[in-house]
Amino acid sequence: MPLLNTLPDYVLTTKTDELINWMRKSSLWYMLFGLACCAIELMHTGGPRADIERFGATPRASARQSDLMIIAGTLTLKMALRTRLLYDQMPDPKYIISMGSCSNCGGLFQLAYSVCDGVDKVLPVDVYVPGCPPRPEALTEGLIKLQEKIMSERWLARERTAEL
Amino acid sequence: MEALQIYERLKQRFPDKITEVGGKPDAFAVIEPAALLDLCRFLREDPDLAMDCLSNETGVDYKDHVAIVYHLFSYSHRHSCVLKVKLARENPAIGTVEEIWHGANWMEREIFDLLGITFEGHSDMRRILMPEDWPGHPLRKDFVEPLEYHGISTVRESPIIRLDQKK
Repeated sequence: MPLLNTLPDYVLTTKTDELINWMRKSSLWYMLFGLACCAIELMHTGGPRADIERFGATPRASARQSDLMIIAGTLTLKMALRTRLLYDQMPDPKYIISMGSCSNCGGLFQLAYSVCDGVDKVLPVDVYVPGCPPRPEALTEGLIKLQEKIMSERWLARERTAEL
Repeated sequence: MEALQIYERLKQRFPDKITEVGGKPDAFAVIEPAALLDLCRFLREDPDLAMDCLSNETGVDYKDHVAIVYHLFSYSHRHSCVLKVKLARENPAIGTVEEIWHGANWMEREIFDLLGITFEGHSDMRRILMPEDWPGHPLRKDFVEPLEYHGISTVRESPIIRLDQKK
């Protein structure tokens, strides 16, 4: 007889990794980090129409409470060092969504003297969202992609392979 | 008052301090750097001129010299004028107009940041846009962008060129 049928109805069985991942992906608190015009779209994405709070993503004002940094806008070289500092303040595991052309590669301002040509020059990026600026739907898609990535992570299995 | 009339009035008040009047459609006056502060104070305090607003202050690099451009406007008389000051390219410095128009503070910091013109007597002469440890002044014609800043590369390869090289 399978194990499932012996348990009462209110007990669910799952893998620990998947449970952890599911809990983490369902409460992705993102840091409010608007650098330029993309921030307007980021606000829309958090607003009632696109409403990424449906997916458990809610804005936090502090890096220390955040799991996710959505870099929305042009990253200047002056800001790049501060961004790295903020990223270091975030608790692990942490993720980065690079939103819009400017943070992907420098975008329109790539040849400017003051602009960092892409966030990936400074920080590890998980999801790139193209667009100038990306629509709220695109950012939502980016968040869902990130959730898929989180679901594919293996925490306990990784330790086991390390022993082998 | 038209801009040219304003310059005529300035010439009467400060003879020899205005070296050149010209430019179309917006006339400008080139003035001696040493006379800048007296001239600006007169422009602001004279009741017929009453230039109470410094709309814009900016700098230009002309390769053989640098210039600062002052756009002045009077709210009471609804007239405006443009002043230019030419400076030598090496270590240019000029007095600040911050005490006459407070709004000059940030604009002069920007000119200092991007063109390297120092304003003597400025209350807070720091860079405003670029990082404090940035080398050089980016809007100078001979500025060469450094290849990296604190380990951050300032060059990004074009993905299109890379695809070509693969072929």
